[in-house]
Amino acid sequence: MPIVKLNINQQTYELDVLPWVSLLDAIRERLLLTGTKKGCDHGQCGACTVICDDKRILSCMTLAVMKNGAAITTIEGIAEGDELHPLQKAFIEHDAFQCGYCTPGQICSAIGLLTEGKAKTREEVKELMSGNLCRCGANANIIDAIMEVKEGGSREQF
Amino acid sequence: MSDQSSVGKPVSRLEGRLKVTGAAKYAAEYDAPNLLYGYVINSTITKGKITSIDTSAATAVEGVVAVFSHENRPELPWLDIKYADMDAPPGTVFKPLYDNEIKYNGQPIALLVANDFETARYASTLVRFEYEEEFFETCLDNNLEKGRDAKKGIATLLKPPPPAPTGNFEKAFENSAVKHTAEYLHSTEHHNPMELFATTTVYEGNGKLTIFDKTQGTINNQLYVANAFGLSYKNVRVIAPFVGGTFGSGLRPQHQLFLCVMAALELKRNVRVTLDRKQMFTFGHRPQTYQKLRFSTDENGSITAMNHLAIGETSQFEDYAESVVTWSHKLYPAANTLLEYKLAPLDLPSPLDMRAPGGCTAMHAIECMMDELSYKLKMDPLELRLRNYSEIDPSTGKSFTSKELKQCYLKAAERFGWKDRNPEPGSMTRGNKLVGYGMATGIWDAYQFPSRIEAIITKEGKLIINNAVTDIGTGTFTVMTQVAADALGLPLEDVTFNYGDSQKPFSMFQGGSAIAASTASAIIIAARALKKKLLKKAKAISNSPLKAAAEDDVMFKNGTIRLKKDPMSVVSFQEIVASNNGRPVRTVNMGMPHAFKLRKYTKATHSAAFVEVEVDKELKTIAVTRAVSAVAAGKILNPKTARSQITGSMVWGISKALHEETILDEKLGKYINTNLAEYHIPVHADVNELDVIFADEPDELINEAGVKGVGEIGLVAMPAAIANAIFHATGKRINKLPVHFDELL
Ligand code: FES
Ligand code: FES
Repeated sequence: MPIVKLNINQQTYELDVLPWVSLLDAIRERLLLTGTKKGCDHGQCGACTVICDDKRILSCMTLAVMKNGAAITTIEGIAEGDELHPLQKAFIEHDAFQCGYCTPGQICSAIGLLTEGKAKTREEVKELMSGNLCRCGANANIIDAIMEVKEGGSREQF
Repeated sequence: MSDQSSVGKPVSRLEGRLKVTGAAKYAAEYDAPNLLYGYVINSTITKGKITSIDTSAATAVEGVVAVFSHENRPELPWLDIKYADMDAPPGTVFKPLYDNEIKYNGQPIALLVANDFETARYASTLVRFEYEEEFFETCLDNNLEKGRDAKKGIATLLKPPPPAPTGNFEKAFENSAVKHTAEYLHSTEHHNPMELFATTTVYEGNGKLTIFDKTQGTINNQLYVANAFGLSYKNVRVIAPFVGGTFGSGLRPQHQLFLCVMAALELKRNVRVTLDRKQMFTFGHRPQTYQKLRFSTDENGSITAMNHLAIGETSQFEDYAESVVTWSHKLYPAANTLLEYKLAPLDLPSPLDMRAPGGCTAMHAIECMMDELSYKLKMDPLELRLRNYSEIDPSTGKSFTSKELKQCYLKAAERFGWKDRNPEPGSMTRGNKLVGYGMATGIWDAYQFPSRIEAIITKEGKLIINNAVTDIGTGTFTVMTQVAADALGLPLEDVTFNYGDSQKPFSMFQGGSAIAASTASAIIIAARALKKKLLKKAKAISNSPLKAAAEDDVMFKNGTIRLKKDPMSVVSFQEIVASNNGRPVRTVNMGMPHAFKLRKYTKATHSAAFVEVEVDKELKTIAVTRAVSAVAAGKILNPKTARSQITGSMVWGISKALHEETILDEKLGKYINTNLAEYHIPVHADVNELDVIFADEPDELINEAGVKGVGEIGLVAMPAAIANAIFHATGKRINKLPVHFDELL
């Protein structure tokens, strides 16, 4: 089996995985980093979003072997120790989740979005966050939380 | 109450940090040594029999451990009652892998177990099934004539059959000044919580199982597993502290639970079974429903007669019924009513309660009917509601425990700017958009279930509350901690609420918007008993400054009992526990609905929704640009989490009106858009301004907590308000949900 080297949340893991193992399943089932969620396994919901080499990607649509040597941040690596990332704080404050299952994907995706810097207005943020579904209907609170951080902080923060 | 009282304050979710850091664990995320993975195999035919199974290619794959089917499953109980859960409708419960009969497309027919997920998924494709196919029917619209009365059973308690006719409908309708007839058709919907259904079963040996399951009822599923597999209750523990949404789909034990437990028991190993998204369409759903309404009024708009007929779909084996036709007469007085509800059995899985079951279906039809009448009467739609407003429940003549619907109408209309509406359809525009305003009424039950609470004061003087209830994203954990803190006069951080575990005292499943009322009332009752006990023990301490104190003389504050008149006379909880030889002080109490007192009343929540839509003049695409919902639901325990329940439901309303439907291919007898790209739900870009108002609605009668529940009421009025707004924008009535924009072209 191929050995894949993954740098996840600044820790290096070596994994023996078959080529058809998705990055999502590798992270969840092999490394037991279960913060990254599986909602569809088909690139249709955004729950599995992680940050890979500074870009937001869908880990269910990525094979683990494709990311040999890549630097990946999952939801477990977003906070600095005990200090939550501003987006994490904003999500709690704005009640931007109910069941919490889409939340890791929403937060990782929002960090990617802010890094991209393309979205200028609330409408654009909504549009560019629309790959992340929320069945609980926390949509408006999610966008409120992102807007607060976007308007409150400089881009360097991300 | 203490200074730091928290009920009524917008406390952020106490589990927030766990959810935003990925530390919250869901059913498929518990690790267990040497875990096996099960993959469900589903029937590809709709009706018939399995004639042969060939597993040879699958079992030849390295890593495959077993394939379970009806041919080799363990001995299972034959009696249906052994499989009946608390939410089972009348009929014959579905028993996975019981025999070779196929009752619906996608029926689970085998479980393949392997050492890892990928192998299980791959090898499951190699199992070959031969079938003998039979003729089937799945389309409600083609089978309306099969409609018959629903069978009665335990479920009927929560969903009573339609009341008997009153007056003479046909005659009154015939003779009325204004009348309207309309038909409404609703498509199938699937709950589709973001979390996939999953069970991790830890095989502890000696007949003991620890089961991490996706469910709305830990005890419901504990009983189910124990009964179906002949285990003792105490050996089955179901744990579900985090549940990634359910919306009704977790009310009943689902087949992945059964299959996972079966494999664990047979193989004596730890097993996980997770459904994939396509398989999320192979169990309960909101049924297809046909409705026909005939309403009439006098020339002043007072309703004279109402006929509401609904025909819902059910399976061939269970009579899943909804309360569809019971609502109109709870809202509007009419001397002549004819309310009829029928079920048409089809070759589909049994439907299952989905957020505001029956209510949101019914109120779409009823409130669109009211809108039609308002146009025939040339009367403002809100005015027509107010003209037919009833302070009592017209269907029974009983008073409501509270009803602040009028406040909802007026506050929401004001906030929305309803007075600016030009009633003429198509008269309001904004650039290249037609603008429509619509409104509708919502009503939902205010249930309360029995709930048992264990309350403990520890030697540190802190409070522990134990209950088996889940928190499916509703905020139960946070809100119940608030209720408990206030009841004992403690700060939030001194209260631990343990939940989501069948080993804790009894709770019903979390459904029907009943849990806030049920659990909060039980906590208040348990707290009262605990305070009594604490005071008694405080008085028994030698030289107790409270020696002569009666209950009314003292207050509970910050972990102490003090004399109200002399706050320096104080005994702390810690002292009480110390004097109790260090043993925690504990009570266990049951909260029950006050059935006897409340038999004279109707209990209901109400709402009013006002919606603005924009419809593109050429393309006819529809957007809900803003919506205001006012909700009367008794006391609001936490306005932050309650508001999220309402906005979430409003998004569900938008979804029901404009987005979601499971499309059935009636020739194949199967659902065809079984994925999240083709099963549409609103994305962020579809959700605009949502405003929520909570009416002041004190309710001393309903229960100890004055609470009615907010999980569903926010959805009920929205679909009709949107459909009415579309009519106002375009002059077109589309009575089939979801509304497809091409129907406006
Ligand atoms: S799980 Fe990857 S997009 Fe849904
Ligand atoms: S919070 Fe439940 S799916 Fe988004």
